[in-house]
Amino acid sequence: MRVTLHIQKYNPEIDSKPHEEPYRLDVGRGTTVLEALMRLKNDADGTLTFRYACRSAICGSCAMEINGTEKLACKTQIRPELERHGEIRIGPLKNLPLIKDLVVAMQPFWEKVQSIRPWLEPLPHEQVDAARMRDAYKAFNNVEACIMCGACVAACTVYEVEKGFAGPAALAKAYRFVADPREAAVTERLDRLQGDGGIWDCTRCNYCVEVCPKDVKPMEAIILLRRASIESGLTETLGSRHITRFVDIIRHEGRLNEGLMPMKVIGFRIKDLLRILPLGIKMFLKGKVPFPFKLRPAIPGIKQVRAIFAARNPEKKKTG
Amino acid sequence: MKYALYTGCAAKGACPELYQSTMLVAKRLGIEVVEMLNAACCGAGVITEVDPDLALAINARTFAQAEALGLNIMTICGTCQGVMGMANHRLKTEEGLLDRINALLKPEGVKYNGRVEVKHLLWIIVGEIGVETLQRYVTRPLSNLRIAPFYGCYILRPSKYLGFDDPENPVSLEKVISALSAHPVDYEGKTKCCGFPLVLEKEPIAIGMVGANLKEAKDEGADALVTPCPLCHMNLDIYQERAEKKIGEKLALPIFHLPQLIGLAMGFTPKQLGLSRHLVSTETVVEKIQLKV
Repeated sequence: MRVTLHIQKYNPEIDSKPHEEPYRLDVGRGTTVLEALMRLKNDADGTLTFRYACRSAICGSCAMEINGTEKLACKTQIRPELERHGEIRIGPLKNLPLIKDLVVAMQPFWEKVQSIRPWLEPLPHEQVDAARMRDAYKAFNNVEACIMCGACVAACTVYEVEKGFAGPAALAKAYRFVADPREAAVTERLDRLQGDGGIWDCTRCNYCVEVCPKDVKPMEAIILLRRASIESGLTETLGSRHITRFVDIIRHEGRLNEGLMPMKVIGFRIKDLLRILPLGIKMFLKGKVPFPFKLRPAIPGIKQVRAIFAARNPEKKKTG
Repeated sequence: MKYALYTGCAAKGACPELYQSTMLVAKRLGIEVVEMLNAACCGAGVITEVDPDLALAINARTFAQAEALGLNIMTICGTCQGVMGMANHRLKTEEGLLDRINALLKPEGVKYNGRVEVKHLLWIIVGEIGVETLQRYVTRPLSNLRIAPFYGCYILRPSKYLGFDDPENPVSLEKVISALSAHPVDYEGKTKCCGFPLVLEKEPIAIGMVGANLKEAKDEGADALVTPCPLCHMNLDIYQERAEKKIGEKLALPIFHLPQLIGLAMGFTPKQLGLSRHLVSTETVVEKIQLKV
């Protein structure tokens, strides 16, 4: 089957910006994008530049953008891709500095991973709760599968606009150590993740979960770090207040009160109140929000909802 | 065609225009709805951050209500669809999960048997009614308009729990836009995040996302955007002015809820569709289709 691959080319010594070039070649039933690129480099264009090593989805070198989505070239077959999209367009990973053709600089990626201190800071052997080890390993086993290909960071919608964000791969790695019963510095690790660039910068867009070739589910690891933070008493960031106040409102009314929610999250932080107030007034004038303190009846079955909350959280039964 | 309508919180809170336009359009399309007034919030992916079983139980309660009515659920919010679709999928497929969650509901005499489907209005229109039929209801073709679809996250991802549109290559909004005789605008941002979940705590990031996505749509020649998610609507509409300041460029892109755009093409008036409730004026669009606000 003869196909055309539209491949992004960029040589910083010649080109002012990247451009796409068409390459035609014959492919068989199972031909992967990587095999096609290797053949093109051998037969058609020796300058075509891309990274690869293992050719079997283990080394993480050949992540690139295939038809707009981050994939491993070695794990992506041409035919199904063609059936799905009607064309094959290949470019480098986004969000990382472009070096040449399909090769990006991975340095910013490694720096993020390094920033979370990706090594165990071990407890003395006798303090390790060995009984927890098996379940703990199950919890972070999928994170261990990360091959550091960078697909999640290239797809991250927050990292796209905020390069200070640690990003999905590094935070998933951070979770791996927080969840490890042998780790001594759990509290310090969680503390370090509370500020700008940490776990509260994730918008939960699910892109990293969707593109990860090894099913690491980085966003779910970030959510587990958030839960661990709240459970360990780190409850005063706006991010954690967003969660706890949201849950409170649903327990109380059964549905979200959008007039009250921003105030409950922000509390008495004057600077933030002044930030949201002008928009609140505009929305109020447009009939978009009820007056925040207007008494609104809870949903009719609120008792049932509160009972479900209480069943999950018995100690709140008395006060809630 | 009859559905249990799950409005979600936004349509009954900050986006009343979504509710009013949904009711008009559903009636015109012959979708009979029973509104689930006793249903609780889906949790919006927030409750599950602290307690996944609690979030599942609250949604199972909602599903049980629809089951008692003998109806499937229609959502009108991309976020509700994502959260409820995922909860429903898990309850139906993960071994032992339905029993565990039903045990939480039992003291209240509630039981979910896993017989309900949850579908977004967009899916019902494209998958069941069909865009050819939708076309027949168009009395005011939007042929002057270039409309950029904005899917948002939860109606597409994680796709293994949703499975209507291809997350890499979604087409349902484009089909609707074309059926209304408008021209769909293609741009990368259409499947990205609007930034809404971060807007209270990390506003600079959230408006950065608004600015990046809208600028791309604008550069591709969009007159307006349409979204199946009211949370996307809020962020793209309410925070657009701040996004303009951040990127140093005027955007002035009206954002439509899905049923508002359909309603315009069906001949409903801007007032009926609640267009005056938007912060970004819809006047440019309304003028283009020769209507007075």
